[in-house]
Amino acid sequence: MVAMVPYSHVLALAGVLFLLGAACAVARRNLVMILIGVEVMLNAAGLALVGASLFWQQLDGQVLVIFIMAVASSEVAVGLALIVYSHRRTGTVNADDYNLLKG
Amino acid sequence: MSLYALIFYTLGAVILGATGLAITRRQVMHAVVYLVISFLATALLFYLLGAPLLAALEIIIYAGAIMVLFLFIVMMMDMGKSPESPGAYLRQWLPALLLGGVCLAVTLALLLGDSGAGAPLKSASASPLAFGRFLFERYWFAVEIASLLLLVALVGAWYLGRRDEDTEGP
Repeated sequence: MVAMVPYSHVLALAGVLFLLGAACAVARRNLVMILIGVEVMLNAAGLALVGASLFWQQLDGQVLVIFIMAVASSEVAVGLALIVYSHRRTGTVNADDYNLLKG
Repeated sequence: MSLYALIFYTLGAVILGATGLAITRRQVMHAVVYLVISFLATALLFYLLGAPLLAALEIIIYAGAIMVLFLFIVMMMDMGKSPESPGAYLRQWLPALLLGGVCLAVTLALLLGDSGAGAPLKSASASPLAFGRFLFERYWFAVEIASLLLLVALVGAWYLGRRDEDTEGP
Protein backbone atom coordinates (compact mmCIF):
# COMPACT_ATOMS: atom_id res chain seq x y z
CA MET A 1 0.00 0.00 0.00
CA VAL A 2 1.90 2.99 -1.25
CA ALA A 3 0.28 6.39 -1.23
CA MET A 4 0.11 8.05 -4.62
CA VAL A 5 -1.40 11.20 -6.06
CA PRO A 6 -5.00 12.20 -5.24
CA TYR A 7 -7.71 11.10 -7.64
CA SER A 8 -8.50 14.70 -8.51
CA HIS A 9 -5.09 15.06 -10.13
CA VAL A 10 -5.79 12.06 -12.33
CA LEU A 11 -9.13 13.61 -13.27
CA ALA A 12 -7.47 16.95 -13.99
CA LEU A 13 -4.92 15.30 -16.27
CA ALA A 14 -7.67 13.40 -18.09
CA GLY A 15 -9.71 16.59 -18.42
CA VAL A 16 -6.86 18.57 -19.94
CA LEU A 17 -6.10 15.68 -22.30
CA PHE A 18 -9.75 15.52 -23.32
CA LEU A 19 -9.78 19.24 -24.02
CA LEU A 20 -6.67 18.91 -26.19
CA GLY A 21 -8.41 16.19 -28.20
CA ALA A 22 -11.57 18.26 -28.52
CA ALA A 23 -9.56 21.27 -29.70
CA CYS A 24 -7.85 19.07 -32.29
CA ALA A 25 -11.18 17.68 -33.52
CA VAL A 26 -12.78 21.12 -33.74
CA ALA A 27 -9.97 23.31 -35.01
CA ARG A 28 -8.16 21.17 -37.56
CA ARG A 29 -9.45 20.95 -41.11
CA ASN A 30 -7.73 17.72 -42.11
CA LEU A 31 -10.06 14.73 -41.75
CA VAL A 32 -7.28 12.49 -40.44
CA MET A 33 -6.42 15.05 -37.77
CA ILE A 34 -10.08 15.20 -36.74
CA LEU A 35 -10.03 11.43 -36.24
CA ILE A 36 -6.81 11.73 -34.23
CA GLY A 37 -8.58 14.23 -31.98
CA VAL A 38 -11.36 11.72 -31.36
CA GLU A 39 -8.74 9.12 -30.46
CA VAL A 40 -7.15 11.45 -27.94
CA MET A 41 -10.55 12.09 -26.35
CA LEU A 42 -11.27 8.36 -26.02
CA ASN A 43 -7.84 7.86 -24.50
CA ALA A 44 -8.51 10.58 -21.93
CA ALA A 45 -11.78 8.90 -20.98
CA GLY A 46 -9.92 5.63 -20.47
CA LEU A 47 -7.39 7.36 -18.24
CA ALA A 48 -10.14 8.77 -16.04
CA LEU A 49 -11.77 5.34 -15.82
CA VAL A 50 -8.57 3.59 -14.78
CA GLY A 51 -8.07 6.21 -12.09
CA ALA A 52 -11.65 5.71 -10.89
CA SER A 53 -11.10 1.97 -10.80
CA LEU A 54 -8.18 2.51 -8.46
CA PHE A 55 -10.04 5.10 -6.41
CA TRP A 56 -12.99 2.81 -5.60
CA GLN A 57 -10.93 -0.40 -5.72
CA GLN A 58 -13.40 -1.91 -8.18
CA LEU A 59 -12.60 -3.57 -11.47
CA ASP A 60 -15.59 -2.16 -13.37
CA GLY A 61 -13.68 0.88 -14.57
CA GLN A 62 -10.98 -1.23 -16.13
CA VAL A 63 -13.60 -3.40 -17.82
CA LEU A 64 -15.10 -0.28 -19.35
CA VAL A 65 -11.68 0.65 -20.75
CA ILE A 66 -11.63 -2.67 -22.62
CA PHE A 67 -14.92 -1.73 -24.28
CA ILE A 68 -13.62 1.76 -25.03
CA MET A 69 -10.70 0.15 -26.83
CA ALA A 70 -13.06 -2.06 -28.84
CA VAL A 71 -15.21 0.93 -29.79
CA ALA A 72 -12.14 3.02 -30.64
CA SER A 73 -10.67 0.40 -32.92
CA SER A 74 -13.91 -0.18 -34.80
CA GLU A 75 -14.47 3.57 -35.04
CA VAL A 76 -11.00 4.06 -36.50
CA ALA A 77 -11.47 1.23 -38.99
CA VAL A 78 -14.76 2.58 -40.31
CA GLY A 79 -13.66 6.21 -40.08
CA LEU A 80 -10.46 5.67 -42.03
CA ALA A 81 -12.37 3.64 -44.62
CA LEU A 82 -14.78 6.56 -44.96
CA ILE A 83 -11.88 8.99 -45.37
CA VAL A 84 -10.29 6.82 -48.06
CA TYR A 85 -13.64 6.54 -49.81
CA SER A 86 -14.32 10.26 -49.79
CA HIS A 87 -10.74 10.93 -50.88
CA ARG A 88 -11.31 8.60 -53.82
CA ARG A 89 -14.53 10.36 -54.70
CA THR A 90 -13.49 13.98 -54.26
CA GLY A 91 -9.69 13.95 -54.30
CA THR A 92 -9.28 15.87 -51.06
CA VAL A 93 -9.21 15.25 -47.33
CA ASN A 94 -9.71 18.87 -46.37
CA ALA A 95 -13.03 19.39 -44.62
CA ASP A 96 -13.37 22.88 -46.07
CA ASP A 97 -13.44 21.52 -49.61
CA TYR A 98 -16.64 19.58 -49.08
CA ASN A 99 -18.91 22.44 -50.11
CA LEU A 100 -21.01 20.79 -52.79
CA LEU A 101 -24.25 21.95 -51.20
CA LYS A 102 -23.12 25.56 -50.97
CA GLY A 103 -25.37 27.85 -53.02
CA MET B 1 6.33 13.59 -2.59
CA SER B 2 6.71 9.88 -3.02
CA LEU B 3 8.40 8.23 -5.96
CA TYR B 4 5.04 7.16 -7.39
CA ALA B 5 3.77 10.72 -7.38
CA LEU B 6 6.96 11.88 -9.08
CA ILE B 7 6.53 9.23 -11.79
CA PHE B 8 2.88 10.22 -12.20
CA TYR B 9 3.60 13.90 -12.70
CA THR B 10 6.49 13.16 -15.06
CA LEU B 11 4.33 10.88 -17.18
CA GLY B 12 1.51 13.41 -17.13
CA ALA B 13 3.84 16.11 -18.40
CA VAL B 14 5.10 13.78 -21.14
CA ILE B 15 1.53 12.91 -22.18
CA LEU B 16 0.36 16.51 -22.30
CA GLY B 17 3.50 17.70 -24.07
CA ALA B 18 3.43 14.96 -26.70
CA THR B 19 -0.29 15.41 -27.32
CA GLY B 20 0.04 19.17 -27.51
CA LEU B 21 2.83 18.80 -30.06
CA ALA B 22 0.81 16.20 -31.97
CA ILE B 23 -2.32 18.28 -32.44
CA THR B 24 -0.39 21.31 -33.67
CA ARG B 25 1.81 19.59 -36.27
CA ARG B 26 1.22 20.55 -39.85
CA GLN B 27 2.31 17.16 -41.17
CA VAL B 28 0.00 14.32 -40.20
CA MET B 29 2.96 11.92 -40.14
CA HIS B 30 4.70 13.92 -37.41
CA ALA B 31 1.45 14.12 -35.46
CA VAL B 32 1.06 10.34 -35.53
CA VAL B 33 4.62 9.79 -34.30
CA TYR B 34 4.12 12.23 -31.41
CA LEU B 35 0.84 10.51 -30.60
CA VAL B 36 2.63 7.16 -30.33
CA ILE B 37 4.82 8.72 -27.62
CA SER B 38 1.70 9.97 -25.87
CA PHE B 39 0.09 6.53 -25.95
CA LEU B 40 3.25 4.84 -24.67
CA ALA B 41 3.33 7.22 -21.72
CA THR B 42 -0.38 6.54 -21.14
CA ALA B 43 0.36 2.82 -21.07
CA LEU B 44 3.00 3.41 -18.40
CA LEU B 45 0.46 5.46 -16.46
CA PHE B 46 -2.04 2.60 -16.68
CA TYR B 47 0.60 0.30 -15.26
CA LEU B 48 1.27 2.76 -12.46
CA LEU B 49 -2.46 2.98 -11.69
CA GLY B 50 -2.72 -0.78 -11.30
CA ALA B 51 -3.86 -2.06 -14.68
CA PRO B 52 -1.01 -4.09 -16.21
CA LEU B 53 -3.25 -5.89 -18.71
CA LEU B 54 -4.68 -2.60 -19.92
CA ALA B 55 -1.16 -1.20 -20.23
CA ALA B 56 -0.23 -4.06 -22.54
CA LEU B 57 -3.45 -3.65 -24.50
CA GLU B 58 -2.87 0.10 -24.79
CA ILE B 59 0.52 -0.52 -26.40
CA ILE B 60 -0.77 -3.31 -28.64
CA ILE B 61 -4.03 -1.70 -29.76
CA TYR B 62 -3.49 2.05 -29.56
CA ALA B 63 0.23 2.53 -30.15
CA GLY B 64 0.45 -0.55 -32.34
CA ALA B 65 -2.63 -1.23 -34.39
CA ILE B 66 -4.46 2.07 -34.56
CA MET B 67 -1.43 4.27 -35.13
CA VAL B 68 -0.03 1.89 -37.76
CA LEU B 69 -3.42 2.07 -39.47
CA PHE B 70 -3.16 5.86 -39.44
CA LEU B 71 0.36 5.65 -40.87
CA PHE B 72 -0.81 3.36 -43.67
CA ILE B 73 -3.61 5.73 -44.58
CA VAL B 74 -1.30 8.76 -44.49
CA MET B 75 1.20 7.00 -46.74
CA MET B 76 -1.54 5.76 -49.04
CA MET B 77 -3.23 9.09 -49.67
CA ASP B 78 -1.92 12.21 -51.24
CA MET B 79 -2.54 14.82 -48.58
CA GLY B 80 -1.68 17.64 -50.93
CA LYS B 81 0.36 20.54 -49.73
CA SER B 82 -1.73 20.79 -46.54
CA PRO B 83 -2.31 24.52 -46.84
CA GLU B 84 -3.56 24.93 -43.33
CA SER B 85 -1.28 26.02 -40.58
CA PRO B 86 -2.68 25.39 -37.12
CA GLY B 87 -2.91 29.07 -36.33
CA ALA B 88 -4.57 30.09 -39.58
CA TYR B 89 -8.10 29.93 -38.23
CA LEU B 90 -7.27 31.46 -34.89
CA ARG B 91 -9.67 34.36 -35.30
CA GLN B 92 -12.51 31.99 -36.09
CA TRP B 93 -12.18 29.87 -33.02
CA LEU B 94 -10.91 32.46 -30.59
CA PRO B 95 -14.36 32.67 -28.88
CA ALA B 96 -14.45 28.88 -28.59
CA LEU B 97 -10.97 28.96 -27.15
CA LEU B 98 -12.00 31.54 -24.56
CA LEU B 99 -15.13 29.63 -23.55
CA GLY B 100 -13.26 26.35 -23.40
CA GLY B 101 -10.55 27.99 -21.30
CA VAL B 102 -13.16 29.25 -18.84
CA CYS B 103 -14.70 25.77 -18.63
CA LEU B 104 -11.27 24.23 -18.11
CA ALA B 105 -10.37 26.73 -15.39
CA VAL B 106 -13.63 26.09 -13.53
CA THR B 107 -13.23 22.33 -13.84
CA LEU B 108 -9.67 22.43 -12.58
CA ALA B 109 -10.63 24.68 -9.71
CA LEU B 110 -13.45 22.30 -8.74
CA LEU B 111 -11.31 19.20 -9.04
CA LEU B 112 -8.18 20.46 -7.35
CA GLY B 113 -10.06 22.40 -4.68
CA ASP B 114 -12.22 19.44 -3.71
CA SER B 115 -11.09 18.19 -0.34
CA GLY B 116 -13.11 14.96 -0.50
CA ALA B 117 -11.09 13.49 -3.34
CA GLY B 118 -7.87 14.90 -2.00
CA ALA B 119 -6.78 11.76 -0.19
CA PRO B 120 -3.92 10.00 -1.99
CA LEU B 121 -4.83 6.89 -3.90
CA LYS B 122 -3.74 3.58 -2.45
CA SER B 123 -1.72 1.70 -4.98
CA ALA B 124 -3.15 -1.64 -6.00
CA SER B 125 -2.77 -3.88 -9.00
CA ALA B 126 -5.34 -6.03 -10.75
CA SER B 127 -3.71 -9.21 -11.99
CA PRO B 128 -4.70 -10.24 -15.52
CA LEU B 129 -6.17 -13.45 -14.11
CA ALA B 130 -8.52 -11.66 -11.72
CA PHE B 131 -9.35 -9.11 -14.37
CA GLY B 132 -10.23 -11.78 -16.94
CA ARG B 133 -12.36 -13.69 -14.47
CA PHE B 134 -14.23 -10.52 -13.54
CA LEU B 135 -14.70 -9.56 -17.19
CA PHE B 136 -16.09 -12.89 -18.34
CA GLU B 137 -18.22 -13.52 -15.27
CA ARG B 138 -19.91 -10.15 -14.92
CA TYR B 139 -19.73 -8.67 -18.37
CA TRP B 140 -19.88 -11.65 -20.74
CA PHE B 141 -22.88 -10.24 -22.57
CA ALA B 142 -21.13 -6.94 -23.21
CA VAL B 143 -18.13 -8.87 -24.52
CA GLU B 144 -20.43 -10.59 -27.01
CA ILE B 145 -21.85 -7.24 -28.10
CA ALA B 146 -18.34 -5.83 -28.50
CA SER B 147 -17.36 -8.77 -30.68
CA LEU B 148 -20.46 -8.16 -32.80
CA LEU B 149 -19.49 -4.49 -33.08
CA LEU B 150 -16.01 -5.43 -34.28
CA LEU B 151 -17.52 -7.78 -36.86
CA VAL B 152 -19.83 -5.03 -38.12
CA ALA B 153 -16.88 -2.63 -38.29
CA LEU B 154 -14.91 -5.21 -40.29
CA VAL B 155 -17.73 -5.65 -42.78
CA GLY B 156 -18.30 -1.91 -43.01
CA ALA B 157 -14.63 -1.14 -43.59
CA TRP B 158 -14.44 -3.82 -46.27
CA TYR B 159 -17.56 -2.50 -47.99
CA LEU B 160 -16.36 1.10 -47.97
CA GLY B 161 -12.82 0.22 -48.97
CA ARG B 162 -13.44 -2.04 -51.95
CA ARG B 163 -12.66 -0.72 -55.39
CA ASP B 164 -15.63 -1.37 -57.62
CA GLU B 165 -15.30 -0.29 -61.22
CA ASP B 166 -18.56 -1.20 -62.93
CA THR B 167 -21.03 -0.11 -60.30
CA GLU B 168 -21.29 3.27 -58.70
CA GLY B 169 -20.34 1.91 -55.29
CA PRO B 170 -22.05 2.54 -51.98
